[in-house]
Amino acid sequence: MKVSMTVNGKSVSAEVEGRTLLSSFLREGIGLTGTHVGCDTSQCGACVVHVDGLPVKSCSVFAHDVAGAAVRTIEGMANADGTLGTIQQAFQDHHGLQCGFCTPGMVMSTAALLAENPKPSEAEVRHYLNGNICRCTGYHNIVKAVLAASGQATASMAAE
Amino acid sequence: MPKDGGIGASTVRREDIRFLTGKGRYTADINLRGQGYACFARSEVANGRINGIDTAAARAMPGVLTIMTGEDFVAMGGNPAGWFIPNRDGTPMKEPKRPVLAHGKVRHVGDAYAIVVAETLEQARDAAAAIEADITELPAVVNMAQAVANSANRVHDEIADNVCFDWGWIEDNRAAVDAAIKAAPHVTTLELVNNRLIPNAMEPRASIGDFDSGTGDYRLHTTSQNPHLTRLLISAFVMAIPENKLTVIAPDVGGGFGSKIYHYGEEAAVLAASKAINRPVKWVADRSESFLSDAHGRDHVTKIELATDLKGNFLALRTETMANVGAYLSNFATATPTFLHGTLMAGPYKTPLVYVNVKAVFTNTAPVDAYRGAGRPEATYSIERVVDKMCRELNLDPIAVRRANFIAPEQFPYTTPVGLVYDTGNYGATLDKLVQIGKLGSFDARAKESAAKGKLRGLGLSTWVEACGIAPSNLVGALGARVGLFDAATVRVNATGNISVMTGAHSHGQGHETVFAQLVAEQLGVPASTVDIVHGDTSKIPFGMGSYGSRSLVVAGSAIVKSLDKIVAKGKKIAAHMLEAAEGEIQFADGNFSVSGTNRSKTFGEIAFSAYVPHNYPLATLEPGLEETSFYDPGNFTYPAGAYACEVELDPETGRVEIASFACADDFGNVMNPMIVNGQVHGGVAQGIGQALLEAAAYDENGQLLTGSYMDYTMPRADDFPMFNVDHSCNTPCTHNPLGAKGCGEAGTIGSPPAVVNAVIDALHRAGHTHITHIDMPLTPARVWAAMQA
Repeated sequence: MKVSMTVNGKSVSAEVEGRTLLSSFLREGIGLTGTHVGCDTSQCGACVVHVDGLPVKSCSVFAHDVAGAAVRTIEGMANADGTLGTIQQAFQDHHGLQCGFCTPGMVMSTAALLAENPKPSEAEVRHYLNGNICRCTGYHNIVKAVLAASGQATASMAAE
Repeated sequence: MPKDGGIGASTVRREDIRFLTGKGRYTADINLRGQGYACFARSEVANGRINGIDTAAARAMPGVLTIMTGEDFVAMGGNPAGWFIPNRDGTPMKEPKRPVLAHGKVRHVGDAYAIVVAETLEQARDAAAAIEADITELPAVVNMAQAVANSANRVHDEIADNVCFDWGWIEDNRAAVDAAIKAAPHVTTLELVNNRLIPNAMEPRASIGDFDSGTGDYRLHTTSQNPHLTRLLISAFVMAIPENKLTVIAPDVGGGFGSKIYHYGEEAAVLAASKAINRPVKWVADRSESFLSDAHGRDHVTKIELATDLKGNFLALRTETMANVGAYLSNFATATPTFLHGTLMAGPYKTPLVYVNVKAVFTNTAPVDAYRGAGRPEATYSIERVVDKMCRELNLDPIAVRRANFIAPEQFPYTTPVGLVYDTGNYGATLDKLVQIGKLGSFDARAKESAAKGKLRGLGLSTWVEACGIAPSNLVGALGARVGLFDAATVRVNATGNISVMTGAHSHGQGHETVFAQLVAEQLGVPASTVDIVHGDTSKIPFGMGSYGSRSLVVAGSAIVKSLDKIVAKGKKIAAHMLEAAEGEIQFADGNFSVSGTNRSKTFGEIAFSAYVPHNYPLATLEPGLEETSFYDPGNFTYPAGAYACEVELDPETGRVEIASFACADDFGNVMNPMIVNGQVHGGVAQGIGQALLEAAAYDENGQLLTGSYMDYTMPRADDFPMFNVDHSCNTPCTHNPLGAKGCGEAGTIGSPPAVVNAVIDALHRAGHTHITHIDMPLTPARVWAAMQA
């Protein structure tokens, strides 16, 4: 079947099977490989994208279920001139990523958190990111990056 | 220091840009024209005799391009063990063949016996499900003690007792150790389990095989920490493809932690299938496959005995360990419980007599191999737990006891009784630093605050040393390694003065592209932005042994330094020619070659350009070009060390343990990029806390993996941790590499588990539960609560 939707502001469509997941549609159907698949039980969060403004694990919905929706992926998070957006820049500045595999999901979840709660506490950040697994960073610098992206001071925190 | 980042600067990472914008290029992101999609058929039983595999129905399914089974690979070689370990009696270890795909028997759940390639992934999966495998299930060998005791049940038919080796280190010392323990005023005994872990790099394994029938060349894109080793193993042992006809590319790799060091059968299978259908073949593991088939880690059962006098001075140490190697020997499986474990049993202490016995056991479980830390966490856990237990038995201060037994700074270089020579260290300094940054002196006040909340607070310590920078070919060769362990680097200065560095290390999160550029910038006095680091492609890089064992900077980085020294030497020759001076008069500083005592000089860029425009070179004595290759093989391991403190809060109602604080004082030698080093420690500590509190790979008695998904295997998450308090200011630079660096990648996983467990035991003892002397990891609420009720 043919499925169409808006991804990062562009209209896209691809021929897919009924069982095609949104994550596969993005990666294989339209070549946006920034969305990663790290598990098969909707636990790891590497595949988080926004569907009509809300965070969704793209491995947990069928592509045809979100036909017509506005989807935003990691490829749509930079500024128009290609420079890093605020959240992305905070992740770089605070070393909030190592291997980079969980990073797209972390950035998309962070964007959703800050849209909902612009000044989260450290505990709120940790609770919200519970659905995104990172094996590299111990989350320390991710939490710092999220707090920095929200405009809160991080200088007084324990060593970087 | 150059403005945009030399040694010691917390330069932000250049690789982040692509990872943050969705432009990373991981193996699963790569699609080759005309590729077929592979799916593996895997055993559902732990131990079984293959009577036959009927692929007829599967072959008739839509889109199927080929199906190959274990039988198609019988003529090929096996995937070898990289280290030879002798038995105590001098006989060789048992080395059953590890085939590309299972043939004759399946030996663990997830053991692949067929590869299916189809036009689409869905078609490949459907066809794999249609393969009819006639397999007679045999009793599974799961528990190590039973494996050794019951010769009726075998993983490999030819190995009656399921024992791979029974190794003693050092066998000649055994009698003296036994005698010292027998005569000692006090002996503390502890039996413990070092829980089996599943590495869980967030990127599942993936491989794309691509045979070019026009040239006869093979190309493999694969999720590897170690592309040259993979090429060597496929070429020399498994497929007999000449090395010059096989390129292995490990592009962006989403974490490894050891599990991607090794060559896996899937890599050979996709290459063979590509040749069979004359099209590229792509395979991407799903997470369930990763749980079943990635090399797991740890899985030791140990009895440790520490003999002391009544003041806590260590007299002798003896351990007996059973180490699970799983169903087949993965490439480093035999080294991990032996030379990465037994040789570390002295720890940072001057224990005069140490003897280690390790029995490696085959079981019907996934292969077990090096996982971040690899042997050293197991050694550290055993030592630091028994030291803690001894302090409780003799009512001694754990800080004072550790300090009294440390090897003193003036004793370096120090030869341990287990075969290593520590070059340098200052264990008292890191412990002092820990007491300061962890504010250990004010623990009682915090314990009162916890008590006011109804929580039990405990403090646990761990002081440790590790051997890393896994390299010296001479040393590892003497210890049984079948390969050399050095590294290589080519530094290519282009005509316009910018630089490409081809390194044998592989970056999969460590930030080499940034740090190695900082190193070049510092040494050549050029901006780091003019330096690019190339890694992960055997067709571009002279050679390399990849990244693991905290070896990248200390070994591969030293190879870069060696090449940079040659670049400077060549630059001086060129400058001498250009400036009409003697070579000996040329000095190099801050990116300029100048004649001593004059104002005549040439910039690095001018020298580079001249090297490629050699219009009037004296060609008999001066070659054009500016490119140098070096191979670096160090003289010794490096010995990072540190002191860690963990404070826990324990809920007596539920047994739930929370990490209240975690402090690390590390000695990594000279540090290139503090931001990245801190990040390495954070990640390592999180994995160590994961082992201590959350993670365990569990098989049932039939060999079924009970923890086969993130629903069952507890991965550490953001709300499991506080912020970590890390320091690496107490540096004793390594004495035998040009950078003075020791490596930092594994420290966190090595030092942290015993600190956590010691803290929990401390909390329980402070609350009067003095009958609890040990709880095995992971310290889940159920285990802690049950211990409190006993």
